[in-house]
Amino acid sequence: MTVESLEADRSQAGRIRSRWSPYVNTARYLVLFAFACFFLMPVYVMVVTALKDSVEVSVPGMWELPQRLSLESFQAAWDKPAIRRGFVNSVLLAVPASLISSMLGAANGFVLAKWRFPGANVVFPLILFGMFIPYQAVLIPLTRFMTDLNLRGGNDPTGGLFGLTLIHIIYGLPITTLIFRSYFAGISDEIIESSQVDGAGMLRTFFFVALPVSLPAFGVSMIWQFTSAWNDFLFGFVMTSTKGWPITIGLNNIANVQTIPFNEAMASALLASLPTLLVYVLLGRFFMRGLMAGALKG
Amino acid sequence: MTEKTPTAGPVGIRLERVSKRFRGGVLAVDGVDLEIEPGEFVVLVGPSGCGKSTVLRMIAGLEDVSAGRVYLGDRDVTNELPQHRDVAMVFQSYALYPRMTVRRNLGFGLRMRGTPRAERERRVAEVAQVLGLDHLLDRRPAALSGGQRQRVAMGRAIVREPKAFLMDEPLSNLDAKLRVSMRTQLSLLHQRLGATTVYVTHDQIEAMTLGQRVAVLRDGSLQQYDTPQRLFREPVNLFVAAFIGSPSMNFVEGSVSGGTADLAGVRVPVPAGTPLAGAERPVIIGVRPTAMALATANGWPQLTVEPSIVEDLGDERYVIFDVDAPRVDTDATRAAVAARSADETSLLVTERARFTVRLPTDVPVSVGEPLTLSVNPDRLHFFDPQTGAALG
Repeated sequence: MTVESLEADRSQAGRIRSRWSPYVNTARYLVLFAFACFFLMPVYVMVVTALKDSVEVSVPGMWELPQRLSLESFQAAWDKPAIRRGFVNSVLLAVPASLISSMLGAANGFVLAKWRFPGANVVFPLILFGMFIPYQAVLIPLTRFMTDLNLRGGNDPTGGLFGLTLIHIIYGLPITTLIFRSYFAGISDEIIESSQVDGAGMLRTFFFVALPVSLPAFGVSMIWQFTSAWNDFLFGFVMTSTKGWPITIGLNNIANVQTIPFNEAMASALLASLPTLLVYVLLGRFFMRGLMAGALKG
Repeated sequence: MTEKTPTAGPVGIRLERVSKRFRGGVLAVDGVDLEIEPGEFVVLVGPSGCGKSTVLRMIAGLEDVSAGRVYLGDRDVTNELPQHRDVAMVFQSYALYPRMTVRRNLGFGLRMRGTPRAERERRVAEVAQVLGLDHLLDRRPAALSGGQRQRVAMGRAIVREPKAFLMDEPLSNLDAKLRVSMRTQLSLLHQRLGATTVYVTHDQIEAMTLGQRVAVLRDGSLQQYDTPQRLFREPVNLFVAAFIGSPSMNFVEGSVSGGTADLAGVRVPVPAGTPLAGAERPVIIGVRPTAMALATANGWPQLTVEPSIVEDLGDERYVIFDVDAPRVDTDATRAAVAARSADETSLLVTERARFTVRLPTDVPVSVGEPLTLSVNPDRLHFFDPQTGAALG
C-alpha cells in the first residue's frame, strides 16, 4: 500500500477503529452512568425529602418518592431567621465580592498580560503565590487585624459582613488575576497596539477595547468567586456575629443546634445551594462564546 | 475628503541613525537613516527578520528606540507615546475591535481624540462611502469577509486624516487576486489623499509597484533607498540585485581582464571609461533575464546553450539552462533567494550556474535543442566577490 492510499483510507474512516469499539463504548457509558448515579444519590435524597410532607418523612422511607408534592418545608425553612437573614447576608456578601474581585482581577490581568512593566515577571508570581496560602494559615493574624480595625463581628454595624466581603475580594484577587491574565494573553497584541495608535491610553484601551472582549473571562471569574464566597464557612464563622451570619453558618446552626424535621433541613440546604446553580446557569453560556470572532484576518 | 479639516496635512518623516536592540541583545535595526518627503509613498522591503517591521513600529511608537532619533515633520517624537504621535497604522491582522460595529471601529480614533460627534459621523460616512462600506456600517467584524475587514482597517486609518499612514503588510492575508486589485486601489487612494505613507512588505513586486521610493533592508541595515527604477537598474550590491526583479537576476562567477569580462567562456566587453575596464580581477557577473535575447546580427556577444526547462506563459517564455561556469553561492544571494517564495530555491543542487532568460514566444524553443543567445553588454552588472558591492 502506498502512502497516499493509506492516508486516503484513514481520512475516509475518520479515525482508526478496532472491531471491539462498539462494546468498549457501551461499557464506557455504563460505567460513567453508574458513577453518575452514585454521585447523585445524596442530591436525590435531598430533593425528594425536601418535597415531602413532614408526616411522610422517615429514615426507612427516605428513598421513596413523595406521595404528594408539598412546598411546606420550603416555607418553613424560609421563615427561619437564620436561613432568611443568612440568605440575604450571603447575597450582600457574594455579589460585591465577586463583582469587585473580578473587576480588579481584570485590571491586574490586563496590565500583566498587555501593558508589561518592568518587574511584571516578579509581580505576577507573587500575586499567584497568594492562591496557595491556605485559609488556616492567615486565620489568626487576620482575626487580630480585623478586630483592631473594628471590622470584625460585634463592634461592626454590619455584624462583620463588610469586613468579610473585603476579605473575599482580596483573597479572590490571585485567581481572578490569573484567569484574566491568561485570557488577555490570548488576545492579539495588535488590537491593543491599534487602540494605542488610535489615540487611547492605557485606561481607555482597557475600558473600550480589552474589557468588552473579556466577557468569557468575566463569566469564569464571577462563577468562581461567587461560589467560593457563597460557600465559605471558615471566614464567615470567625469574622461575623449573629447579625452578619452568611447562610452557611445559618444552615449549620439549624441543622446541628436545633432539632428540626429532615424535610425542613433539606429544603434549607436546597435554598442555600440555589444561587450558585443560578449563577452557573446565567453565566455559563459565556464560557464557550468566542467574543474575538472577526477581529483578525480569520 | 474634498474639504480638508484644519489639520496640518502630510508631514515628512526622518529617521536619524535609528537602532533597535531587543532585550536579549539581538540588534534588529542598525543605524538606519531614512528621510521621507511629505506625501511620499515609501516601501520598506526585505526578507523576514530584516527589521522592516521594527522600523515601522518605531515610527509608530510601539517599539522603543535604542539609539537615534525619529522626527515627524519638525517634531522629535523619539520619546513620545504612540497615542500622541497622530499616525495611523494598518496591521497585518487588521486588528479590528471585535465588539464594535464597523461604524464604531471607524470612529474610534476620532472619538479618542475628542472629535465632536457630528464631525465624527460626517467623516465616518464619507470614508465608508469612498471604501464602499456604507451598507456594512452596523455589522460587527465577525460578519465581514476578509476583503471587507481589510477595507475597514484601511478606513479606520483614513478617517483620522493622520500625519502619516503606516502599513504593516496589509495585503498579505488576502488571496492573490484580491491582493493585486487592492494594490491598485492603494495606489489610487494614495494619489487621492496625498498622505505620507510608509508601507512594509516582503514582496518585492508589491514594493516595486507601490513605492515612489523603496528602502531595501537586510539584517537591520539599510542597503539601498531609491526609486524602483534605480533599484532595478543600478543595484548597489549583490543582495539588492538578487532581491529585486522577477525572475531574479542570474549570477555567475567570472573575471575581468583587458577590458573584457569572461562570462562562461564568452568574452563580453566591459563598459569603457569605468575603473573596471582597466582592472584585472575576479568578479561576479549579474545578468537580468531580460538582458539576453535570441541571437541576431547586432554584434552582441553570443552564447550557445542547451535549455533544460522551458516555461511557457502565453505571451512570454522563460528558458532555463545551465552555463559552463561555477554557481554563485554567497550569503547575499542566499538571503535574497530565501526571502522569495520557496519554490525558487533549487531542489537539485548543481555546481554549475543556472540561468533563466525571458524570450518571446514566436520562435520555437525545446528542451535539449541548442539555442544561441546574445548578451546585451550594457546590461551586465559586476560585483565584488568578497564584499558584494557593485563595481564599475
